[in-house]
Amino acid sequence: MKRLSADFWSGLALGGLGAYIIVTASRWEYLGQDGPGPGFFPLWYGIAMSALSLLLVVSSFSKSGKVDWSDAPRALATWAAFAAMCAAFKLIGFLPAFALLTFFIVAVMYRRPLVVAATVSVALAAGFYVLFPLALGVKLP
Amino acid sequence: MEILSGLMQGFAVALQPMNLLWCFVGVVLGTVIGVMPGLGPPATIAMLLPLTFLMNPAAAMIMLAGIYYGAKYGGSTTSILLNVPGESASVATCIDGYQMARNGRAGAALGIAAIASFIAGTVGVLGLMLIAPPLARMSLAFSSPEYFALMALGLAMVVLLGGDSMVKALLATLVGLWLAGIGTDLFSQTSRFTFGRMELLSGIDFVVVAIGVFAIGEVLANMHERGGAPAIAVPKGLRNLLPTRQDLKDSRFAFANGSLVGFFIGVLPGAGSTIASFISYGIEKAVSRHPEKFGQGVVEGVAAPEGANNAETGGALIPMLTLGIPGSSTTAVLLAALVLWGFKPGPLFIPENPAMFWGLVASMYLGNVMLLVLNLPLVPVFAQVLRAPTYVLYPLVLGISVVGVYSTSSSLFDVWLLAGFGLGGYLMRKLDYPSAPLILGLVLGGAMERALRQSLMMSDGSLSILVARPVSAVMLSLALLILLVPLFGKFNAWRLKALK
Repeated sequence: MKRLSADFWSGLALGGLGAYIIVTASRWEYLGQDGPGPGFFPLWYGIAMSALSLLLVVSSFSKSGKVDWSDAPRALATWAAFAAMCAAFKLIGFLPAFALLTFFIVAVMYRRPLVVAATVSVALAAGFYVLFPLALGVKLP
Repeated sequence: MEILSGLMQGFAVALQPMNLLWCFVGVVLGTVIGVMPGLGPPATIAMLLPLTFLMNPAAAMIMLAGIYYGAKYGGSTTSILLNVPGESASVATCIDGYQMARNGRAGAALGIAAIASFIAGTVGVLGLMLIAPPLARMSLAFSSPEYFALMALGLAMVVLLGGDSMVKALLATLVGLWLAGIGTDLFSQTSRFTFGRMELLSGIDFVVVAIGVFAIGEVLANMHERGGAPAIAVPKGLRNLLPTRQDLKDSRFAFANGSLVGFFIGVLPGAGSTIASFISYGIEKAVSRHPEKFGQGVVEGVAAPEGANNAETGGALIPMLTLGIPGSSTTAVLLAALVLWGFKPGPLFIPENPAMFWGLVASMYLGNVMLLVLNLPLVPVFAQVLRAPTYVLYPLVLGISVVGVYSTSSSLFDVWLLAGFGLGGYLMRKLDYPSAPLILGLVLGGAMERALRQSLMMSDGSLSILVARPVSAVMLSLALLILLVPLFGKFNAWRLKALK
């Protein structure tokens, strides 16, 4: 059996979004006494999105476009570390969380020695502290 | 006379010491960003945008524009020395630039790229100065139907040239329109697509989406790059960077070709500097007496695309400033910057903010001179940027992105949205969805819906108003024609060839 392509799945996801937009927009006023209501514009782009997604899904069966996902583990690991940093803001503050993210990227993703990773993470965090709160008066998370 | 007095006013603004300093900072930063493969001007401008709230808007605009055109200069360095374009606009420069470098003429290639960039960049600013004010006056006659049609035409152009698949480009535009619609509807006070979250009532901040898609998405997409390829060494000494008299003579037509093609393509929404540089390269090859030498390292093959991608900047600012319609990701971010600072880009922008507009124009003249002076002797210094380790750069980009988003809203919810849009930006790259249509849909979505609803209020709900008025009818017909292009095999083949 032929494997379904990335276009198929992305078309399906966007088709779902289009359907959600249509269903939600149809609950709002379409045309009122003062002219078009809040549902007018979303309904039309929702319909367009659903139709185009369907076109993408159908056309994906005749195409063999493959996506190279070989770099995805590195990208997703970095994204997960970034999301963890965002979650850690409330607990430990921006600077330590940012230093940890930097340490992870340098030591784990780029396989640099731990000393290099520690130096880069401390230096960048210190640089951020000096530049943003001290020099520019910008509040950190 | 009016232009001359405006320009004098502009130089009075641009020559203020702080504005000169910010112009310098912008062009240097732009050059560095241009040299660095991976990080482009939209990501940089989006990241720095929140920090510009602390600055005078004129100075901030001068700096951000400096990044925009400075990156075009820097992009050639990486193309010539590394055969890797620093940004997409420099792809065409790789063809002959790298060959020149391999033939031992790296200095001449870098020199001619800087000179072509300066000449064409200056022509682009001249065009901006001459065309923008009359176009703004002309568009004062536009009403809601014309604005709606104009925005539809702009989006159609961006979709046409947005990527290999027009369906994907259209879908990206529609997602942008949807994101723009999230929040409270100003006409009826209805909350739309807010998922019950209070934080979404005021909508999604453009900065969050732009930084997420461009900066975080770019970092994630480039994580597989573990180290730089070896670059060809830059010859030392200014004399070795100067092209010969014969080089300049051979490039005469290329300078003019690049300047004009780049500028006029820049005015068209969606076309962009990559297409401008390829068309200019193609014209240069077509009219050359030795087309067979193209690709082996001819100086015209560097001058034409480099000129075109720099002249495009001046052209691209025209629809953004005079009509409020950006034609590319970078101009979309610049438009958002103007809106965030409290300005309203459109027909009234120039008459209401002459100091800002003319200050920007004058700063671009000065910035181009700065770039020429900087780029010729300092190319070896900028080339050192290529040695900067990515494991330092990427955490830096991620950190600046977070600080940038948090500084505008002080909301951790926005930081989470940033992470979400970052992942979305990465997936868009992997799945080949162009990001420019999404950003333009987001930027224009609100205004487009407003214009459509106002038009329909004017006509008591009849859509015929959009085709009854000649200007909007012509623009909508053009938009429709553009969207039907893929149905015509030959045109679609041309479109795909232009994109490749």
